[in-house]
Amino acid sequence: MLQNIAIGQYVPGHSFLHRADPRSKLLFIILFATLVFLANNTVTYAVLVAFTLYAGLLSRLSLGYILKSLKPVWILIVFTIILHIFLTKGGAVYFQWGWFTVEERGIQQAIFISLRLGLLVVISSLLTLTTSPIDLTEGLERLLGPFGRIGVPVHEIALMMSIAIRFIPTLMEETDKIIKAQTARGANFTSGSLVKRAQSLIPIAIPLFVSAFRRAEDLALAMEARGYRGGVGRTRLHKLAFSWRDAGIAAAGVLLAITIGWWRA
Amino acid sequence: MNEENLLALQEVSYTYDDELGSRVPVLKDVDLTIQKGSFVSVLGHNGSGKSTMAKLMNALLLPEGGKVLVAGMDTSQGELVWEIRRHVGMVFQNPDNQIVGATVEDDVAFGLENMGVDPAQMRQRIDEALASVGMEPYLLAQPHRLSGGQKQRVAIAGIMAMRPSVIILDEATAMLDPQGRQEVLQLVRRLNRDEGITIINITHFPEEAVYSDKVVVMNAGEVLMEGPPGDVFNQVERLKAVGLDVPFAVRLRHMLAAKGIDLPFVLHQEELVEHVCRLLLTR
Repeated sequence: MLQNIAIGQYVPGHSFLHRADPRSKLLFIILFATLVFLANNTVTYAVLVAFTLYAGLLSRLSLGYILKSLKPVWILIVFTIILHIFLTKGGAVYFQWGWFTVEERGIQQAIFISLRLGLLVVISSLLTLTTSPIDLTEGLERLLGPFGRIGVPVHEIALMMSIAIRFIPTLMEETDKIIKAQTARGANFTSGSLVKRAQSLIPIAIPLFVSAFRRAEDLALAMEARGYRGGVGRTRLHKLAFSWRDAGIAAAGVLLAITIGWWRA
Repeated sequence: MNEENLLALQEVSYTYDDELGSRVPVLKDVDLTIQKGSFVSVLGHNGSGKSTMAKLMNALLLPEGGKVLVAGMDTSQGELVWEIRRHVGMVFQNPDNQIVGATVEDDVAFGLENMGVDPAQMRQRIDEALASVGMEPYLLAQPHRLSGGQKQRVAIAGIMAMRPSVIILDEATAMLDPQGRQEVLQLVRRLNRDEGITIINITHFPEEAVYSDKVVVMNAGEVLMEGPPGDVFNQVERLKAVGLDVPFAVRLRHMLAAKGIDLPFVLHQEELVEHVCRLLLTR
């Protein structure tokens, strides 16, 4: 039942975006997020939307995957639209009913702010859809490297993330087993009130925690036995290397920044 | 120290604190030497001290009394720990809990990364190690998709990549199905024969010990018996007294002897079949 889960939402592929360095993708997203917040008129938003569509094309992913990423936030987007239409005032009045008005600024803000949310979600989904969790962790570790000097345990954080990724399927299988074992003992997870159902999760959670701790202890021992001694003096199998693709991403970033800077009101 | 003795325990003792805070001796003045290139099986109950002994052999634990020498290096000398751990690889019981990497290749690389091996060299060593355990086709596989036996072979590849002199299997077959157990045992036997890797197999399956050069029987923190499998398993009653079983062929021969049917001593089932058939024919 929990067998074929995908870790994260990575979709393997060989597109331009798949093969670009995770570091440049991460950096680009930071820049893009800043630009999204700087955009404030029709032209700048249009540029950003056009760019995001182009990036979507570059990922060679089906539209379905990209739209699916909007699913968790669509309520938020709708809510934002309603709030702005009803509450933001200014400009021409389009509709009036008693004290209640829909005004020009309201419509404009509704569109801009929901676009802002949507663009951020889509562009960051493009990152997670085209970058494997391992690459992502490695990219993060390298990018955060300089913070190691001021005492941030960058290597440890990255190692924790990659071990978590490694153990997700193992713990999923285990959860599955525990659920079956408890069901065999007469536990009922699917009916009863909400409180009852929440309570029925306890017999799953406790064995899972106990075994996770045992696994952690075993793993620590195994790592030590294989000579693990922290990040100092460690080499890496995968060397991240920038290519022409990353130069392309950098150029796109600069161009986008100039365009937004020039056209914003 | 003798050049041939790769591993030596000299009057090693070790004590655990139990939950109530009282001290429980796990190893009591154990003396043991292991020859380079040999295949040694260590038998014993839970709590006989066999796992503790394994952990002392690669400096995961340090002896409280006595000395542990690995290729002449004293494990209590802190600066030698990493070199010792490179020499002595360990495979643990639970195949899931010792794989660190998210893919087979990443896991095999883990030990090399810890050693600070040049990434350019890593590729080659990973390929060699995976070839030596017959897992090359699984280079990019995710560990949870492998069988128990395959996971243990990946764990062994991770050690082989570090070019060790000794591999200690700490009940590495205990959680495997019969097929997986066969896979792992055949592999370590081959590594022992072809690559000259010293193997120490800690187990409670007496059947696994029949192919070794030396069998060490542990009981209550002491070495009870030590010698070639023929000599050790011949003492059926003595092993029984400490609750240990003997290989099936040995047990059957012993039971037949008790009924007055005398057969020559055998370790392997096929030999016993041979003897029984011959007996039936000549009667």
